[in-house]
Amino acid sequence: MRAEEFEVNGTTMVIHLQEELDHHNAVYIREMADGYVDKYPINTIVFDFSNVKFMDSSGIGVIMGRYKQMSYVGGSVYVYGIGSNVDRIFEMSGLYKIVKKWNQAEVK
Amino acid sequence: MRENNKNICELSFLAISENESFARMAAAAFVMPQNPTLEEISDIKTAISEAVTNAILHGYNQDAKGMVHMRCEQMGEIFTFIISDEGVGIDNVEQAMEPLFTSKPELERSGMGFSFMEAFMDTLSVESEPGKGTRVIMTKRLGADVPSSSFDE
Repeated sequence: MRAEEFEVNGTTMVIHLQEELDHHNAVYIREMADGYVDKYPINTIVFDFSNVKFMDSSGIGVIMGRYKQMSYVGGSVYVYGIGSNVDRIFEMSGLYKIVKKWNQAEVK
Repeated sequence: MRENNKNICELSFLAISENESFARMAAAAFVMPQNPTLEEISDIKTAISEAVTNAILHGYNQDAKGMVHMRCEQMGEIFTFIISDEGVGIDNVEQAMEPLFTSKPELERSGMGFSFMEAFMDTLSVESEPGKGTRVIMTKRLGADVPSSSFDE
């Protein structure tokens, strides 16, 4: 059932999220992401929200946690593919103040 | 035709994170006959998810032994959701409800759970007794032409 995909390319890791980002999935994503961050010199994390239909405050924790890690190494966190439900959560929680919308041309 | 569109549904499930998804889908299914908007469904799913996650993560400290209870009630356009547990309870409810407060920062909790319940539902009340458990009661009016509550500031 686990299908979040982690794609590491140089110093960038793209996390392709699945339909639901709740506490249950957050625990798994955090463990996996931390494993890659320990192993590779990652300074940019990109969350792909294209498939996400549901996110609650646990998702905010996951993103804030990755943001803190990337801040330590002078890196950044990006997001793309955000739909209207998730967008409301981002707006309300102020997440857009710390993460940027991914624009491939800008980063590469 | 039933008078008042009255309905009640009660569920109890083990306090494991797999059931967060189950609980919010059950709550969404309960409100379906009222023809809610997609936004209203999303509001309810988020609020239920926050309350159930709290019960599992904080109430029972993820011991996977306790039971979480969810009661859904409909009285006309008013829907009430009661999420309760027999977990550790909350010492200071007021503090727990403050935005960004979390007792588990090491687990990357954002501290936004109660804020979301408050924002996405019409009313929220929390009753808790240390050592006995916690009860979260939320109501939302569905099918009315009033915009759902949100905080834009």
